[in-house]
Amino acid sequence: MGNVLAYCEFSGSTLRSSALSNIAFARASAQAHGGEVIAVLIGAGAAGAGANAAKYAPKVITVEDAKLEHYLAETYAPILARLAKDNNATVVSATATSAGKDVMPRVAALLDAGMASDISKSEGKDTFVRPILAGNAYSTVQITTPIICVTVRQSEFEAAGELGSAGSVTSAPAGEINALGASFDHIDAQKSDRPDLGDAKVVVSGGRGMKNGENFKVLEQLADLLGAAMGASRAATDAGMVPADWQVGQTGKIVAPNLYFAVAISGAIQHLAGMKGSKTIVAINKNKDEPIFQVADYGVVADWEKAVPELIAEIKKIKASR
Amino acid sequence: MKILVPVKRVPDPTQKAKIKDGHIDLTGASWIVNTFDEYAVETALRLSENGEAASRNAGSEIVVVSIGPDDAAKEIRTTLAMGADRAIHVVANDSEIDSLVVVKVLSAIIAAEKPDLVVMGKQAVDGDANQVGQMLAGKLGWPQATFAASIALSDKTLTVGREVDGGVEYKKVNLPAVVTVDLRIVSPKAVQNGVTPASFGYSGEGARLPSLKGIMAAKKKPLETKKLADYGAEPKPVIRETTVTLPPPRPPGQIVADIPTLVKKLAEEAKVL
Ligand SMILES: Cc1cc2nc3c(=O)[nH]c(=O)nc-3n(C[C@H](O)[C@H](O)[C@H](O)COP(=O)(O)OP(=O)(O)OC[C@H]3O[C@@H](n4cnc5c(N)ncnc54)[C@H](O)[C@@H]3O)c2cc1C
Ligand SMILES: Nc1ncnc2c1ncn2[C@@H]1O[C@H](COP(=O)(O)O)[C@@H](O)[C@H]1O
Repeated sequence: MGNVLAYCEFSGSTLRSSALSNIAFARASAQAHGGEVIAVLIGAGAAGAGANAAKYAPKVITVEDAKLEHYLAETYAPILARLAKDNNATVVSATATSAGKDVMPRVAALLDAGMASDISKSEGKDTFVRPILAGNAYSTVQITTPIICVTVRQSEFEAAGELGSAGSVTSAPAGEINALGASFDHIDAQKSDRPDLGDAKVVVSGGRGMKNGENFKVLEQLADLLGAAMGASRAATDAGMVPADWQVGQTGKIVAPNLYFAVAISGAIQHLAGMKGSKTIVAINKNKDEPIFQVADYGVVADWEKAVPELIAEIKKIKASR
Repeated sequence: MKILVPVKRVPDPTQKAKIKDGHIDLTGASWIVNTFDEYAVETALRLSENGEAASRNAGSEIVVVSIGPDDAAKEIRTTLAMGADRAIHVVANDSEIDSLVVVKVLSAIIAAEKPDLVVMGKQAVDGDANQVGQMLAGKLGWPQATFAASIALSDKTLTVGREVDGGVEYKKVNLPAVVTVDLRIVSPKAVQNGVTPASFGYSGEGARLPSLKGIMAAKKKPLETKKLADYGAEPKPVIRETTVTLPPPRPPGQIVADIPTLVKKLAEEAKVL
C-alpha cells in the first residue's frame, strides 16, 4: 500500500489546468497502489490555492515560505522528497511542464527512485507507456524501485473532475532551505491573452516559409478568430520570428488540439512529434511533396500569402451565417 | 576552467523505427552523437576559447564521458575531433544501463575529475527521457540550470537563460554546477565567457563540424576505456523496457482543391469549426 504524491502547479488561487492531468494520473495510480492522492502545492500563495486543490484531491499539503517565492529545483526537490517519505508515498508525480521536467528527476535522485518521463499511459502499479524516438514508437517500461517518480504528458491525460466532497488541507513546514548557490534572477515572460498551447482546442502554427515575424500577424488573426493558441516550428523560433516558447515539437510543446493548422511547415519528424496527436490536422504548404501532407487530414497546396487571408474570410462567412 | 561533457550516441533519428522481438531493431543502424550533446560540446568549446582568435583560453580543459557499447568509441572520437581534449569511455551495453546507472558512473567520475562545470544535453533523442542532468545535479548536491538557451560566465557564476513555459527564465548558479542545453544554445551569441569579445558572433547553424585537422588530432588524443565496475556501478537497471510498439499510422488524408472546399469540409465533415 502506498500513496501518490502529486506535485501541483497553481496560478493565483487555483490549480493550473496542467495539474489536473497529473491528478487524473494520480487517481488511477493511487487506486493501483491501494493508497490515496496527496496533492502538494509549494511556493508563494500555496495556502491560498489549497482550497481549490482540495476539490480534486482528498488530501492537500501546502508549503509556504518567503524563500520559496520563486520556483527553484534546488529548494523544491528536497521538500517533495521529504514529503514523499513522511507520507508513505510509493509514487511521486508531476505534469511534464518545464517545472515538472526540471524538478522531478532531481526528486528521483534524492529518493533513489527510478523515473518514467513524459508518460502517455499507466498500467497497474509500476508499468508505464511513454513515447520514444520523437513519438515514432511507444516504450512500455517497468520500474522496480520502492518509490517511483513520474511526469505525465498533459495531452494524454484528461483533466480530473471535481470530487464529490472536498478533501482536507494541511500545511507543512518548509524545513531548512538551501538553494545551493542558485537564484532566480528574472523572467522575460510573453504576456498573451490567447489560451495556453497545452490547453488550446485550436492551434495555428507557422514555419520558416512565413519568412519573418511581421508575416505571422495574419496567422494571429486566424488564431484570434478561432480562439486558438499560436505555435511555430523550430525554424521559425530559431530565426527569431516568434518567441521560443511557441515551438511545437519533440523539444518544444506537445499539443493535441481538436484542430491544428500547419502553415508553411515542412513536417520534420521532430515537429510531427509535437502535434501528431491532434484530432484534425490541416496543412497549407506550397510544395505538394512535403511530409506534412502525409499526416494532414486536409491539405491545401497553396502559397500562404493568398491562402490564409482567404481562409480567414471564408471562416468569417460561415460564422456570420450561423 | 575544466568542463565535463557527458555524451550519448544514439541511432540516427532520420531512420525509420523497426521492431524486432518486441524492441527497436537496431541491426545495421547508423549512429550519431546525440544532437543535444553535440551542442553541449560546442557550448563547452565556446566557454573555453577566445572566439575571435579561435584559440583556447589558458587552463581550459574539456573532458568527454560516454557510457555505451564498444563501438561507441567512433562517436566519442567525433567529439574529440570537434575540439574536446580527452575522453573516458565506460563500456556497457544499453541493456545494462539506465539513468540511475549512468548517474552513478558520472558521479564517480566527477568525484575523481573535479570539473568546475558539467555541460550536457537536455535529452537523448532516442529515449527522450530528459532526466540524467537533473538526477546528476541532485546526486551531487550541485545547482542545476536546465534547458539553457544562453549562458553568460563571469567569475564563478553563470547566468543561464532557460527556456521555460511562458518565456525565458534567467537563473544564476554558482560553480560547480550542471547545465543542460537546449537547441538555441548554439545561436551566434548565446554563450558569453567574458573573454571572447561580446561583439563576436559564431556563424553557421548548429555545432561546428570537425575539421580535417581536428580529425587527425583526435586520433592522438587520450581515450581511456573503463568498465562499470571501475566506478562501483552494477549492470542492474531498475528501469526495464518490457516492450516497444509502433503507433498506428494516421489514416490517409486528402488534398483539397481550394480554401472554400477546406472550410466546408472542416465545418461539415470534421465538424471542428
Ligand atoms: C534535436 C532536434 C530537435 C528538434 N526539435 C524540433 C521541435 O521541437 N520542433 C520543430 O518544429 N522542429 C524541431 N527540430 C527541427 C526540425 O528538424 C526542422 O528543421 C524544423 O521543424 C523545420 O521547420 P520548418 O518546417 O518551419 O522549416 P522548413 O523545413 O524549411 O520548411 C519550410 C516550409 O515552408 C514552405 N513554404 C515556403 N514558402 C511558402 C509559402 N509562401 N507558402 C506556403 N508554404 C511555403 C516550404 O515548402 C517548406 O515546406 C529539431 C531538430 C533537431 C536536430
Ligand atoms: N549513456 C550515457 N553516457 C553519457 N551521457 C549520457 C548517457 N545517457 C544520457 N547521458 C547524458 O544525459 C543527457 C540527458 O539524457 P536523458 O536523460 O537520457 O534524456 C544526455 O544529453 C547526455 O548528456
